[in-house]
Amino acid sequence: MDGTDAAVVAQVRGGDSNAFRLLVDRHSRTIFRLAYRMVGNEQDADDVVQETFFKAYRQLDRFEARANFGTWLYRIGVNCALDLLRQRPRRAQRPDPEGPEEPADPDPSPSPERLAFSAEVQSKVASALRDLSAAERAAFLLRHFEGQSIEDIGQMLGLRTSATKHTVFRAVQKMRRALKGMVERGNGVGSNYGSSNRAMTVL
Amino acid sequence: MTTKVNHPTEEDLVLFFYGEAADQDATTAHVEACDECQALLRGLKAMFDAVDAHPVPDRGPGYGAEVWARVQQRLEQEPARTWLSWFVPRRLALAAGVAVLVVAAFVAGRLSQSPAAPTQARADRPANVEQAAAAPVRERILLVAVGDHLERSQIVLVELMNSPVGSKMDISGSQEWARDLVPANRLFRQTAVETGERGVADVLDALERVLVEIANSPSRLSSAEFERIRSRIEEQGIVFKIRVLDSQVREREQRVASRPARVQS
Repeated sequence: MDGTDAAVVAQVRGGDSNAFRLLVDRHSRTIFRLAYRMVGNEQDADDVVQETFFKAYRQLDRFEARANFGTWLYRIGVNCALDLLRQRPRRAQRPDPEGPEEPADPDPSPSPERLAFSAEVQSKVASALRDLSAAERAAFLLRHFEGQSIEDIGQMLGLRTSATKHTVFRAVQKMRRALKGMVERGNGVGSNYGSSNRAMTVL
Repeated sequence: MTTKVNHPTEEDLVLFFYGEAADQDATTAHVEACDECQALLRGLKAMFDAVDAHPVPDRGPGYGAEVWARVQQRLEQEPARTWLSWFVPRRLALAAGVAVLVVAAFVAGRLSQSPAAPTQARADRPANVEQAAAAPVRERILLVAVGDHLERSQIVLVELMNSPVGSKMDISGSQEWARDLVPANRLFRQTAVETGERGVADVLDALERVLVEIANSPSRLSSAEFERIRSRIEEQGIVFKIRVLDSQVREREQRVASRPARVQS
């Protein structure tokens, strides 16, 4: 069986509704990551994922075979997340009761100060993301975490290219301002988070 | 003589970071030689490193099966369609399909009527007579399809403009219409461009932008977001332009309908 998304879509349209499960298997965790970062807690993120695939199944006749299924699904997911944020703003603002997990730390035995600082930074990141507008958050998450092009993001959000670029920039600018002090302190604590290796070879 | 250095803006540097600068090579060359821009980029990288470390709960390999089970359950339980979505997508999908066939037939007809050499035209006379007789019919079918499309578009826009504004606006009904209208509109617009109907193409272009915006917006809007869409429709006078175009199309349709069939000898 040809396993491309387009081929599976054709199968579902041909009457094999169970084939849709293959698309869910492939894309559900990605949509969950996006949803979680958009809405800030697991329960709401799971709701967004379910709603996204429910709508995708219902609207599958509108999917153009030449388009990218993942990008099309992102658009539905982003709109579902935005809908939920409008319907349940209080719940969306409330972080997970168990708190964020500890980020992966390259230091095998981090000091108590470092652990405390890590938790503080992540709390600050979560807060900074929440303070973005819905459009800024969506644009930033799609660009930064999901690697979507500016053009595709614009189509998903119904924005022209120039407006999309500016929305991404505004989000980055706000994040920088919110995290400025933390990042500077982090350089002193010796943090070495993540691996933002994009376009950094010039440094 | 001092040389003014044109640094990329902060926005340019963010886009450069993502590999989407207007001129990635030129920006690279500048950054390699500029301490100030390198410092800015280091600041960006440090911020992004902190953001990248923001943890996301992991959903295991069985997550897809869980989601599908819940979606299947919901598909079985939920009513198939609301009264609006029951007939709108099917009707408009059918209309969009008809529009595709009509436009394809019209364009094919126009292309097949391209001027031939005189000797060739005489040799092909029987086919040309038939095509000439069929041309007004094709044109009328196209005009009817375009007129219907403009009328449906008016309904969507007028409904939006006349909606009472509340704190939360549910536009899912209008969205389904808009999503079905976009492909047909795109086809009509492209045909208008190809056939030199610039005025028609401009109106359809403005209409398409609004339909796409409606289709791509969240289903529930705040009053401010809803007002933004309405203001855009109002500022561009789209409803008025569509009405004018619609009446022109109808007039043309009636003229074509009353035109006697041409027969070449």
